[in-house]
Amino acid sequence: MSEIHFREMASKSWLNFLTFLCGSAIGFLLCSQLFSILLGEQGDIQPNVLHNDPHARHSDDNGQNHLEGEMNFNADSSQHKDENTDIAENLYQKVKILCWVMTGPQNLEKKAKHVKATWAQRCNKVLFMSSEENKDFPAVGLKTKEGRDQLYWKTIKAFQYVHEHYLEDADWFLKADDDTYVILDNLRWLLSKYDPEEPIYFGRRFKPYVKQGYMSGGAGYVLSKEALKRFVDAFKTDKCTHSSSIEDLALGRCMEIINVEAGDSRDTTGKETFHPFVPEHHLIKGYLPRTFWYWNYNYYPPVEGPGCCSDLAVSFHYVDSTTMYELEYLVYHLRPYGYLYRYQPTLPEDILKEISQANKKEDTKVKLGNP
Amino acid sequence: LGSISWVLITMFGQIHIRHRGQTEDHEHHHLRPANRNDFLNTSKVILVELSKSIRVFCIIFGESEDKSYWAVLKETWTKHCDKAELYNTKNDNLFNIESNDRWVQMRTTYKYVFEKYGDNYNWFFLALPTTFAVIENLKYLLFTRDASQPFYLGHTVVSGDLEYVTVEGGIVLSTESMKRLNRLLNNSETCADQSVIWKLSEDKQLAICLKYAGVHAENAEDYEGRDVFNTKPIAQLIEEALSNNPQQVVEGCCSDLAVTFNGLTPQKMEVMMYGLYRLRAFGHYFNDTLVFLPPVGSEND
Repeated sequence: MSEIHFREMASKSWLNFLTFLCGSAIGFLLCSQLFSILLGEQGDIQPNVLHNDPHARHSDDNGQNHLEGEMNFNADSSQHKDENTDIAENLYQKVKILCWVMTGPQNLEKKAKHVKATWAQRCNKVLFMSSEENKDFPAVGLKTKEGRDQLYWKTIKAFQYVHEHYLEDADWFLKADDDTYVILDNLRWLLSKYDPEEPIYFGRRFKPYVKQGYMSGGAGYVLSKEALKRFVDAFKTDKCTHSSSIEDLALGRCMEIINVEAGDSRDTTGKETFHPFVPEHHLIKGYLPRTFWYWNYNYYPPVEGPGCCSDLAVSFHYVDSTTMYELEYLVYHLRPYGYLYRYQPTLPEDILKEISQANKKEDTKVKLGNP
Repeated sequence: LGSISWVLITMFGQIHIRHRGQTEDHEHHHLRPANRNDFLNTSKVILVELSKSIRVFCIIFGESEDKSYWAVLKETWTKHCDKAELYNTKNDNLFNIESNDRWVQMRTTYKYVFEKYGDNYNWFFLALPTTFAVIENLKYLLFTRDASQPFYLGHTVVSGDLEYVTVEGGIVLSTESMKRLNRLLNNSETCADQSVIWKLSEDKQLAICLKYAGVHAENAEDYEGRDVFNTKPIAQLIEEALSNNPQQVVEGCCSDLAVTFNGLTPQKMEVMMYGLYRLRAFGHYFNDTLVFLPPVGSEND
């Protein structure tokens, strides 16, 4: 009896065993699927920001790349005790730049915060322009609405605000987005050759629609004091229109009407300094497809690969929060020790004289080795 | 040339190897760069000669699904090595050994390199194909070190009793370490596979082998004690530092004189060349002790 019982038990336990195997196999498959999905996501978090339209605005942030916290690379100044910044400091005094950053209430903590933690500190004065005031950030309230169609109106009001409150505090007036990274030291080098009393503005020059070209909004553009005066005046006297959905183009048209010159911002080797994309998009051959609008828009012959970008680049656009810190690290911190850079640009004669005289007074030598 | 630098090294060499935090029976070894003040009175001519006297041989070792890595490596940072050789371990004809065992491949590679190049270089740097290295910063780290001493540096990890240099961060061996390693590889079975239950990774095997020869791992750091050999890319280091402290302002993730980052795609390597050797802020100058010239005939650095 027990034998039969045993055989019954045996076959039952075989069945149980098979069921167990099946169950664990299914479980294993499910788990591996789950893991591959999770790991797949961790792979390359590279948002593809190739907009088909040059005037496409930033898609609404769905919080994907929302970086909590801030990083301060300058907290550790002991790494820089061997660094000579006399010339950078001299230029800071000589070429005063006011920066205003186009942002909005939704983006203060998501984007503008990282701008504030990095490059904005090098402006002589920085203002964050939003539709609503925020006393804590702080951000200026322009009393507009938000949205793509409000951009030009915000720009006009921002420049009017700057003109009203800060005209005498700076020589040059820079507009940037909250996803633009700007290297102020290089902008000062570029502008040091020009007179802020001249009507001129600089940026990444595009050729369509406007005879003298116009400057890309996202790559940032900078107006001389005279250009700012004329721009603000143009709206009082109705020389320029108030409404447009394309901020940079409308501004460019206005500049042409009021006889503000569209300047050539390329370096002494002809390489572009203001960039409408991140370095990778310009440096990698074939990254931007041949059919992309960019190739037809650029005022000067566009270049991909190492010739795309000046050593003394001024700006990059579509920079996410992590890349803000990465650029800050690459530009101001990481360096190849002792390396003799190939490109050795100089300052205009008169500024060099001024600097060396100022330094002679202080009895220190200006070392121009290993710049 | 060699004698000048040898004299200088013995004259100036004050090597500080600090033993920090002796936990139980472990000794953690740290190595930091030389102090610039030691060289304030040295003439420029001698400094240029000193820069040239540090000769680094780069070994790129590993396998990669992405074939474009090898071409990009040749075109980017390896140009700054005194000599670089790329060994694709997927290649069946690698030294005619038919083995997929990484430790066997690594030993054979080291043996080959030492036999062929051991006399002409004083430092041997091994890296994975996904690693980007700043050779100038490596040379700065090494230049007051005597290569006839047994140095074994990189990003170290402690595993039980063993402190080893992780291959992801890059492995630096001095000539003396290479000599001792090769003596062991030629003469004994001590450096055969040490795996017991599961396979030991090749970087651990190397550490065990070197230990027999009296060569111990040291963690390479900057003046502030920050790692200069990194096993991750910059973006990841930034994101990790920020996500660990979301409510605070953290200090910078990485050293100004970092030597390696790992986990880069070929495209990111090209971007690093620009970001490192070209992009910079005007008006910032450094009075460095060493001088390195750009490589001949290249446009991305």
